[in-house]
Amino acid sequence: MSLLPRNRNAHPPAYAPGYKSSVPRSPSKALISGVATASEQTGPMFGHEVLGERDNNLILNFTGQPAIGERIIVHGRVLDEYRRPVPGALLEIWQANAGGRYRHKKDSYLAPLDPNFGGCGRTITGEDGSYEFLTIRPGAYPWPNGPNDWRPMHIHFSVFGHSFGQRLITQMYFEGDPLIARCPIVNTIPDKSVVDRLVAPLDMTRALPLDCLAYKFDIVLRGQRQTMFENKPEGM
Amino acid sequence: MVQPLDYLEESPSQTAGPYVHIGCTPNFVGIEGIYDQDLGLAPFPDDAPGERITVTGTVYDGTGTALRDVLIETWQAGADGTFGPGAQGWCRMPSDLETGEFVLNTVKPGATGKQAPHISLWIVARGINIGLQTRMYFEGDDHSADPLLNRLEHQNRRGTLIARDTGNGTYRFDIRLQGEGETVFLDL
Repeated sequence: MSLLPRNRNAHPPAYAPGYKSSVPRSPSKALISGVATASEQTGPMFGHEVLGERDNNLILNFTGQPAIGERIIVHGRVLDEYRRPVPGALLEIWQANAGGRYRHKKDSYLAPLDPNFGGCGRTITGEDGSYEFLTIRPGAYPWPNGPNDWRPMHIHFSVFGHSFGQRLITQMYFEGDPLIARCPIVNTIPDKSVVDRLVAPLDMTRALPLDCLAYKFDIVLRGQRQTMFENKPEGM
Repeated sequence: MVQPLDYLEESPSQTAGPYVHIGCTPNFVGIEGIYDQDLGLAPFPDDAPGERITVTGTVYDGTGTALRDVLIETWQAGADGTFGPGAQGWCRMPSDLETGEFVLNTVKPGATGKQAPHISLWIVARGINIGLQTRMYFEGDDHSADPLLNRLEHQNRRGTLIARDTGNGTYRFDIRLQGEGETVFLDL
């Protein structure tokens, strides 16, 4: 088994000056590429015992009283590049509240904190790679970058596959948000068709009548190649 | 025409942003009561075999400023050179919110095959668009057969991947994102 190489052209480059924070934090020398070794082919696996009952319910998991906002289900599957489901994948999400404010001492935006919204959740994918969260739609908010830059509504996703080389953090955006195309962080991705893979469509088949809307967000991790002709990677 | 190769492509990365701690170490930033404890507080149980070591370091940006909002994850073999089971060998470290220093208390990994003992690191923060992979080897070990260190074209950068032995099982490993002494980052 070996990990497919990462297509760096389908990711943002380290240096993306439209996103000013990347300017001093981007390596200027080329990455050293090589074949994944045991250190990248293996990775931590988490059992369901780490999860609490309400970990994937951001509406209730902070105080037990409901958070304010538009109720939504966010669901989807974690797959690899060969379309195989990735079961047992730990997903951690975090987001602003309905007014666009994070529960963080460095966030001083005008919108108030919601006393019943913490802003994080986690779950582990099932045998078919599927997952589900119940949350509220996060608000858009302004941020210091250009003179008037706004983040579109988004949810941060941290994803573990089965190997440390698959480790990924990304963000989910919402279908139809006019701020997506204007966002300097979104625009660190050079290819606009690649951005589309981070935009979750409204999914009325999973919306619950008189309860909540739903959005579908699939996540793809690096493929694990399996062939009887595989060369033994150096160092294994 | 040919049959389409109907494979998928990895989802594109986006920065972890300034509030990565809310999602990954909420207790560390005062969001308590959702999770009993943050994940990855220690890579091994206290009774795991091997030499106990402490690695301390700081991540610096291109201006020489310490990152105080960085999150580092490590993954390593145990003292016997094997990985796991479960999440054993994995640790998650937010840097100190005031100083930017991170501290890893772990066991010294064994060699894996031809690879000299090393710990893999994955670094995310605001301004980092895709998680940075690097490795920490240890001063004093025999690195002469390590395939990764030997393939570096610029051998004068090798030292950026080697933690300095500061005595009594302690090591120092600073990471420079850009400019003079820039750490070697990997694409494995």
